[in-house]
Amino acid sequence: MENKLRKIFAETLNISEEQVTDGLEYNSIPEWDSISHMALIATLDDEFNIMMETEDVIDLSSFAKAKEILSKYGVQF
Amino acid sequence: MLLENKVIWITGASRGIGKASALRLASEGALLVLAARDEAKLNETADEIEQQGCSRPLVLPYDVSNVQSVKEAFGMFLKHHKRLDAMVNNAGILEEALLPMITPEQVDRIFAINVYATIYHMQYASRIMMRNKSGSIINLSSIIGQAGKEGLTVYGASKAAIVGATLSASKELAPFNIRVNAIAPGFIDTDMVQTLSEQKYQERVSAIKMRRAGTPEEVANTVVYLSSELSTYVTGQLIGVNGGMLE
Repeated sequence: MENKLRKIFAETLNISEEQVTDGLEYNSIPEWDSISHMALIATLDDEFNIMMETEDVIDLSSFAKAKEILSKYGVQF
Repeated sequence: MLLENKVIWITGASRGIGKASALRLASEGALLVLAARDEAKLNETADEIEQQGCSRPLVLPYDVSNVQSVKEAFGMFLKHHKRLDAMVNNAGILEEALLPMITPEQVDRIFAINVYATIYHMQYASRIMMRNKSGSIINLSSIIGQAGKEGLTVYGASKAAIVGATLSASKELAPFNIRVNAIAPGFIDTDMVQTLSEQKYQERVSAIKMRRAGTPEEVANTVVYLSSELSTYVTGQLIGVNGGMLE
């Protein structure tokens, strides 16, 4: 599942999968700005068939955090 | 048909402009989601739509101003549909009060339904629309939000707020190919208007260049236009439907 998430990050942010590590943070690269963050949320909602709480949308500030948040919605890593 | 199989959600769909819009959108082939508090009235609208030979809408009775209810409604929606093509934020209330008589409860009530509900629905609707990089959000403002009227300070403020929210959201969502526009109806023959005295009614009509009130169907036609492919390059606009109303 982590690979699937990495692929979603890479495709949505238009970066290589190698760049998607636990340390990848929101606004740490030009590709992960506020606009692409909204696109990322929409893609995650769609791919995992969930509707994240607003607090989680705000909180999703890194790849590691994304795994933690998605776990709350039953996605297993 | 202009809206064949387009999924369109409309709040305040049980009467007035909302109901007229629902009937008109359905006649153009849209698959509708009808929202309001009154389930019986929503089902009446759904029955009328079905009797027109159109698909029966999904009926969602909930309080549009309660963010938890809105969230649950979107959750329910996603069990039936995978995409949302248009969101029509029509639910609204009008209460008159001169400045000294405005109560905090009235301010809260009017803003909760006219403004907060619009923002919450834009928030959730846009998240679904982003998945397909396409969509149209249509917010119902009012000529009162631009021109004002004595006794309607709170209502006018709420309808002006909708314009500000529409303009900002249109800029934010344009990169996702989601259009956001507002409609500002003038004096329209709805239940709200029918409570006016004959004298007041005539006073209002005399301020309209076309010398008549508008019909809910005339507003509904603009809702159809903004929901359709005819308006794919129109965003961040406030469209008046007022027959040349002066004030």
